Amino acid sequence: MRKFLFRVSALVLAISLVIPLLASGEESILDKVKNRGRLICGVNKELPGFGFLGQDGKWKGFDVDYGRAIAAAVLGDPDKVEFRPLKAADRFPALQTGEIDVLIRNTTWTLTRDTDLGADFAPPTFYDGQGFMLRKDLGITSLKELAGATIGVTAGSTTELNLADTTRALGIEVEPIVFEETETLYQSYDQGRCDAVTSDKSQLVSRRQSLKNPDDHVILDVTISKEPLGPVTVHGDNKWNDVVSWVVYATFFAEEHGITQSNVNTFETENPEIKRFLGTDDGTGMGGKLGLPKDWARQVIAAVGNYGEIFERNLTPLGLPRGVNKPWTQGGLLYAIPFR
Amino acid sequence: MLHSEVLYLATPSAFGVLGQVPLDVAYQTHFITNNIAPVYLKPRDLRGVSQRSFDSKNMENNSLTAASGKIPFWRDVRVLGALFQVLFLLGVILLLAILYTNMLRGLDSLGLALNFNFLQDEAGFDISEGISYDPSDTYLKAFWVGVLNTLKVSIIGIVCATLIGLLFGIARLSSNWLIRTIAAAYVECFRNIPLLLQIIFWYTAVVAQLPNVRESISLFGGVFINNRGVYLPSPEPTSSLTIWLWFLSGGLLLAVILYIARWRQLQQLDRPGFRAKWALPAFLIVALCGWFLTPGRPFTLDLPALQGFNYQGGMRFSPEFSALLVGLSIYTSAFIAEIVRSGIQSVVKGQREAARAVGLKEGQTLRLVILPQAVPIIVPPLTSQYLNLAKNSSLAVAIAFPDLVSVGNTMLTQTGQAIPVIAMIMVSYLIMSLTTSAAMNWYNRWITRIGR
Amino acid sequence: MEEQGLTQEIKPPVSTKGPGRWLKENLFNTWYNTILTCLALVFLFFAFKGFLTWAFTEAEWGVIPANFRLFMVGSYPQEQIWRVWTAIYILSVLMGLSAGLWGGLILRFVVVLSGVWFISALLPFDFELSTRGWCLGAIAMIAVSFFLGRDRTSLRSWILGGWILSFPVIMVVLRGFGENGVLTSRWGGLLLTLILAISGIVVSFPLGVFLALCRQSKLPVIRWVSTTYIEMVRGVPLITILFMGNVLIPIFMPGFDINQVLRMMLCLIFFSAAYMAENVRGGLQGVPRGQHEAAQAVGLNYVQTTLFIVLPQALRSVIPAIVGQFIALFKDTSLVSVIGLIDLLGVARSILANPKWLGLQAEVYLFVAFIYFVFCYAMSYASQDIETDLGVGKH
Repeated sequence: MRKFLFRVSALVLAISLVIPLLASGEESILDKVKNRGRLICGVNKELPGFGFLGQDGKWKGFDVDYGRAIAAAVLGDPDKVEFRPLKAADRFPALQTGEIDVLIRNTTWTLTRDTDLGADFAPPTFYDGQGFMLRKDLGITSLKELAGATIGVTAGSTTELNLADTTRALGIEVEPIVFEETETLYQSYDQGRCDAVTSDKSQLVSRRQSLKNPDDHVILDVTISKEPLGPVTVHGDNKWNDVVSWVVYATFFAEEHGITQSNVNTFETENPEIKRFLGTDDGTGMGGKLGLPKDWARQVIAAVGNYGEIFERNLTPLGLPRGVNKPWTQGGLLYAIPFR
Repeated sequence: MLHSEVLYLATPSAFGVLGQVPLDVAYQTHFITNNIAPVYLKPRDLRGVSQRSFDSKNMENNSLTAASGKIPFWRDVRVLGALFQVLFLLGVILLLAILYTNMLRGLDSLGLALNFNFLQDEAGFDISEGISYDPSDTYLKAFWVGVLNTLKVSIIGIVCATLIGLLFGIARLSSNWLIRTIAAAYVECFRNIPLLLQIIFWYTAVVAQLPNVRESISLFGGVFINNRGVYLPSPEPTSSLTIWLWFLSGGLLLAVILYIARWRQLQQLDRPGFRAKWALPAFLIVALCGWFLTPGRPFTLDLPALQGFNYQGGMRFSPEFSALLVGLSIYTSAFIAEIVRSGIQSVVKGQREAARAVGLKEGQTLRLVILPQAVPIIVPPLTSQYLNLAKNSSLAVAIAFPDLVSVGNTMLTQTGQAIPVIAMIMVSYLIMSLTTSAAMNWYNRWITRIGR
Repeated sequence: MEEQGLTQEIKPPVSTKGPGRWLKENLFNTWYNTILTCLALVFLFFAFKGFLTWAFTEAEWGVIPANFRLFMVGSYPQEQIWRVWTAIYILSVLMGLSAGLWGGLILRFVVVLSGVWFISALLPFDFELSTRGWCLGAIAMIAVSFFLGRDRTSLRSWILGGWILSFPVIMVVLRGFGENGVLTSRWGGLLLTLILAISGIVVSFPLGVFLALCRQSKLPVIRWVSTTYIEMVRGVPLITILFMGNVLIPIFMPGFDINQVLRMMLCLIFFSAAYMAENVRGGLQGVPRGQHEAAQAVGLNYVQTTLFIVLPQALRSVIPAIVGQFIALFKDTSLVSVIGLIDLLGVARSILANPKWLGLQAEVYLFVAFIYFVFCYAMSYASQDIETDLGVGKH
């Protein structure tokens, strides 16, 4: 009897321990990041220019810089960020389950993702389009000629769906080979397993550099889709999404007004909006409204520079032109919402 | 049936009720009154009990219960057992409920719904091989393509693995030292390296390194091997196939008659023999004659030919399929070889010698003496190897073969419905596993009966 | 003939056999064996010739030493590498002491291990000098503790306790505390493979025993729950369990920051426990009924009977199966590379993705296969040795 009682009470104890442990309060990721003292950012690890883990264990790239910018804004230190490499197929589960605070992994904004996948998007940081890369010696210049070809594509991407859409619209049959990992995709393409690969043009440009003979390959002058790429936060955490969005706007704003990494700390101005931006105004500044320090935007620019600087550091060396990724003042699509 | 715990809990009250009655009788009466099957213990086993249970303190306590004449319910093992189980079940249900509500809450905060409605939506992605499928088909159809691809690679893999395994299992018992050693090296080598590594190796280091389409390796004029796959000629039925089919059915009828005749004859002679000795050649002769007598040929060969980017026509095994098949077959065959070896070795050597002594030939010894004894030993572990192979085919996800896990994974990322998709994948495998093991159990019972 | 056969059995004429005779008896005893031997020799000649030519002329083995560090510890930070060595030293001391005390298999193992350290210290790779020092230090640790532990039977319970404590201690050493430690996302290579395999086996063992006991229970509900769990886990592929764990554990348990390494560890444990339970059940069924009855008869309760009478007998007979399970788990850890962890196989894949090492699949995968093979083969060798030591199957 005593043993029986013991067992029952042990069971009850175990259960009563489990219940409070499993039930958890809701708090914004912003507070979680502040408490943790570290931002966890999901990135690509195999896309030079956007997200790449070097041999020396250092992270580099356009998306990586945005991760550092957010860390600078929230924690005042661009190095207080942990990058988690994610495959295309893993990124949304990782975001949904709270494994990462923010996803900056050349992710396309689509309606389905905004609704069904439980994601909230910050403004796009890079406007891209899907293209095709193939061997020069095939002599192909249009999509129609790809009928019957084997085409490599990454699993869990919009490119996979766009490819199916395009071939259906053109009425041609192709054989898609769906790879889990970008590495394997380009390896297989290089070895001749597929006739062509399709992906965001920026990715094609970036990966062409690491093929055996980059000059043997050509990127078709065709764009089959719009691919607005930007940071993503989990659905329903508006406070956090605001922070990420405004960090992005801050980089746009800085370029619009000529604020750079080198002059941000010495920038002299009487423009009240820029003063609010830099946190040199008299009030509480814009930071308080976002739950950030007053000088958050200055920290961002000091850490990574303005949009143009981020672009030039990471993407210009790959030979990517700025195209539409220019401030609206120069005819591009980047448009900072007023800091007011 | 008595649980050890039941016996322990029963002991004090039993002695309490029955006081000074001799031990054996006491036990039996207790069990009979409580409707529990009795367990007969030797007096020797009870030595410890008599010392512990009959000390004065116990006696005093027990005599109290004895007065009431009935075991109180809190000491009744059946009540306790039932209560404990109910609590245990409640605990399990509670745990599952907590996880479930947690999940619902989590999904709710993400704005995700938990249902299977998405299965009716248009999938929108393409699948490289399998039954006819179009991106405009539903997610359900896409999943079904994956299921069939898994079945295809599993079934072909099981056949190949069994054949290779049998070969190496027998080779391990060869009287030739060199053959024995090669077989042992094969088994040890492939058994001790992770399957995933082997599959990736076959795919990236072997299949992908094959020459490209324009420099294909060509065998016998009809087989082409390149980094797009293995192309084989495939037979295409023609209009004269029906005539040949008539020949085949005639041959089959003849074969059945001859088989029964031979069976009768063997029964009359009362000695073992090869029952299909007449039937098999007769069938083959009729089939062959029919082949040549039929006007035209029943089949034409569809030869693969280079058209555009790839070879068209014929039968094609994609590189992903080939690598997966080779990896699965070789890995599993190493385990099957060991099962076959130990199965045959488990048949006592004397059996073989005895068979030879009564005048059975080598083949007859194998067929009539060794296999009937070895097969029942071999089948259960073989079953689990077959199941392992089917489950291991899920590693296809690493090399882009669209099996059920790869397709499921794509569905999962495109729809965000992680839980329903994972549940579907798991249920599919469970169904496959349970059917296979049921079939194998049935076969095992059948073979055991035959063996007797 | 018969007569001669008998005398030969009594006196094995090993010494009278020349190599010629051995060849004749083992390779050329019948006409078909002669043919088989010739075919096998031709096959072996071409296989070896092909392989050796490739290995010595074409293969670019430079990729191995250049990435040796990655293979061993992945992206574990260089400045914290002392943590790994501390863990190795703790194990070295324990192994040395055990070897001194018990000798036998573990002594042989320790000798081989010291040999490996010695060779590693002398390898002509461009290791830092400190690495060579650490290697030699490990040998010294083993040697010193070997002589300390020699025949010191009083240390017995201390050593056993040390082994039990070593697992949590090592995990803490490898992880460190908070932000100054090494985040599990930086564990990698062979280190991660070993951590996953060892934690899997250490934790899944008691869990498996518990499940097996539940499945043997006479209380139907407990039996059903346990049977359902075991059969469900065994019916699905590990990879789906890993996918599921990766996605569902955080959904099921919000509020816990369960990182990916821990999630994979949990999955491997729960997966392995089901298989372990089936192995243990085999042993439990082999324990004669009379043992339970005798135990209860001498007044032992259920827990005592199970712990002191039934389990020791049951586990002894299933040691080979348990080692087999360990080998399987060790190989299965490679699946975490599909989920995205950088274990030994994951490292190989990430190295091959580097444009610098493009097209060296054969070299890299053969090297990784060799490491897996050495570990698995060593374990199956040890298992056979224990089997003979315990005389399993002779009862």
